[in-house]
Amino acid sequence: MTDAPADAGPVIDVHGLNKHFGDKHVVKDLDMQVQRGEIYGFLGPNGSGKTTSIRMMCGLLTPDSGTGTCLGFDIRKQSAEIKRHVGYMTQKFSYWDDLTIRENLDFIARMYEMKDRKQKVDQALESLGLASRAKQLTGSLSGGWKQRLALAACMLHEPRLLLLDEPTAGVDPTARRDFWEELHRLAAQGISVLVSTHYMDEAERCHKLAYIAYGSLLAQGTAQEIIDSQQLTTWSLRGDNLVQLGSDLRQQPGVDQTVAFGNALHISGKDADALERTLKQVAAERHLQLEPAETSLEDVFIYMMKQSTDNFAEAGA
Amino acid sequence: MSRPHPFSIARWWSIVLKEFLQLKRDRVTFGMIVGVPIMQMLLFGFAINTDPHHMPTAVIAQDNSEFTRSFVAALRNSDYFRIVDSLPDEQSGRAALAQGKVLFVLNIPPDFTRKLVRGEKPSLLIEADATDPTAMSAALAAVPQLVQSVADKDLKGALAHFNGSAAPFDVNVHRLYNPEGITQYNVVPGLMGVVLSMTLVMMTGLAMTRERERGTMENLLATPVRPIEVITGKIVPYVVIGLIQATIILLGARLVFHVPMVGSLIAVYCAALLFIAASLMVGITLSSLAQNQLQAMQLTVFYFLPNILLSGFMFPFQGMPLWAQYIGNVLPLTYFNRLIRGILLKGNGWLDLWPSLWPLMIFTTVVMLIAIKFYRNTLD
Repeated sequence: MTDAPADAGPVIDVHGLNKHFGDKHVVKDLDMQVQRGEIYGFLGPNGSGKTTSIRMMCGLLTPDSGTGTCLGFDIRKQSAEIKRHVGYMTQKFSYWDDLTIRENLDFIARMYEMKDRKQKVDQALESLGLASRAKQLTGSLSGGWKQRLALAACMLHEPRLLLLDEPTAGVDPTARRDFWEELHRLAAQGISVLVSTHYMDEAERCHKLAYIAYGSLLAQGTAQEIIDSQQLTTWSLRGDNLVQLGSDLRQQPGVDQTVAFGNALHISGKDADALERTLKQVAAERHLQLEPAETSLEDVFIYMMKQSTDNFAEAGA
Repeated sequence: MSRPHPFSIARWWSIVLKEFLQLKRDRVTFGMIVGVPIMQMLLFGFAINTDPHHMPTAVIAQDNSEFTRSFVAALRNSDYFRIVDSLPDEQSGRAALAQGKVLFVLNIPPDFTRKLVRGEKPSLLIEADATDPTAMSAALAAVPQLVQSVADKDLKGALAHFNGSAAPFDVNVHRLYNPEGITQYNVVPGLMGVVLSMTLVMMTGLAMTRERERGTMENLLATPVRPIEVITGKIVPYVVIGLIQATIILLGARLVFHVPMVGSLIAVYCAALLFIAASLMVGITLSSLAQNQLQAMQLTVFYFLPNILLSGFMFPFQGMPLWAQYIGNVLPLTYFNRLIRGILLKGNGWLDLWPSLWPLMIFTTVVMLIAIKFYRNTLD
């Protein structure tokens, strides 16, 4: 791990990446920088191009256009080098069900030509807590265990960058929390992580975030920066029959979006004054409890997705 | 409350529709549904001929007279024999037979005409490659008649008295390699290639598509492993399996069917190894083309059919029309059948094997290049 390029500058630095599948433009002009030791969250609705972007960064897909480096290696020409130093965890569990846990780890260790293979595999089994079940077939593991095994396997060759594609999908909350604690431990050791997720609580645990929809990167920065960038004002209304209230409010001036959170309704809008006037009037008329609320990351994401859906529909029409 | 329908037509119909929709979208399966019967019909209908005609024949004319020319012409006119070559001596005749260039060699001895005129009842010699007994039987059965017709035509005037009840000259037939005409001697060695190509092509065909279908391919591609490492690494176990199969068939051929093994065992295994390599490369290539395991199976069948029918395993190669022989000539099983029968039954050495070895080598190399080209190192 003495190669110079990785220590200087961002670990991921890509510019203007484009990818088409047939006539579908899956990733559009993607620019992204990830710094060393950063946990970088990659968010966006299903089919927005997250997986494709990650695959391009680790050399599994060739971009149609654009340039970039990953750990200082050219993503077009040096994918072999990238693969050697990147740990990639696929969205779908992709280890061999018909091999035992130890056999899977051993196979991966051999793929990376690790010298102290046996020791590393033993260590991984130990820290996974799977040492006693090393001879169990991988296919018989539960979802949570498979996910832990996958992380251990992609960490085995001590990569400097982890690319994790929805690693916690379908994993229970405790296992997810443990998983994220592990990620923060790794980041503290200087390992960079690019992780895609749908969970807001996970997004909030990232150092930086990028939000992508329909192939376009809509926002990038810390959670606060992303929230600020949209300049939304949010209020909270408490009361009954929020669904009806929401659809009524959406017609009103200043209201851009309503989202129900339990027994409260979050109402956001760009035009702060118009929104306040509308809401105060409605609250007074219907005797509802109105209070200002923090614009949450989720409000912002829903807002951005809605905006880009509208743009996409317009572009399509 | 009414009881639920024991059989709902609407539900049943929606299953029918779903199956049609899925079938329609599986292009390869759809292609096979149409392609396989067409191919079978064409091959069985046009290519296969269990009573082969126009079989390649060489002539060693050590005597050249009206009679010999007349006999050669009669051979040609019989439609069974196609004179392709004229050879100087017996040795080159044997070599042509060993290499499978010709199936018959007609040897006319030096003093044939003189003896004929003297009424000494001379003999012509036909040496036949009898490895495939069914291929020759009809042709050889026609020979006595040819003798008679030549006699009727040419022995006139002063020579007419020779043309009595008995034929004026004899045709001795030497059935080489399989003198008793035992069909098993031909079929059992041929089985080796059939078994090898069926199991090996299918198993390697599935090996790669299985990785893709289960999603493990993406994992494999994310590691630094190189295409050539994956391809060659994946085929090694099947090389071992292929050699075990070859051994089983050899043992069966020897112990159960008493097939003669005239040639060297080393040559058998070398030929088998080369054929195993060719089959495995085909399998890997098919699995790169197929989207899933089912398609890989179907492509295997599609590859297997012409190999079985046109390689000379089931039906005499020389009996097929030329276009079918051309197709047969690009199939590896054709060459392997010649090699294995050549070694076991004819005792061919390397020199005689070479004409069938090099096409197999070229085939293997070309398919390997295709396999590597089609192996996608990315998910593109």
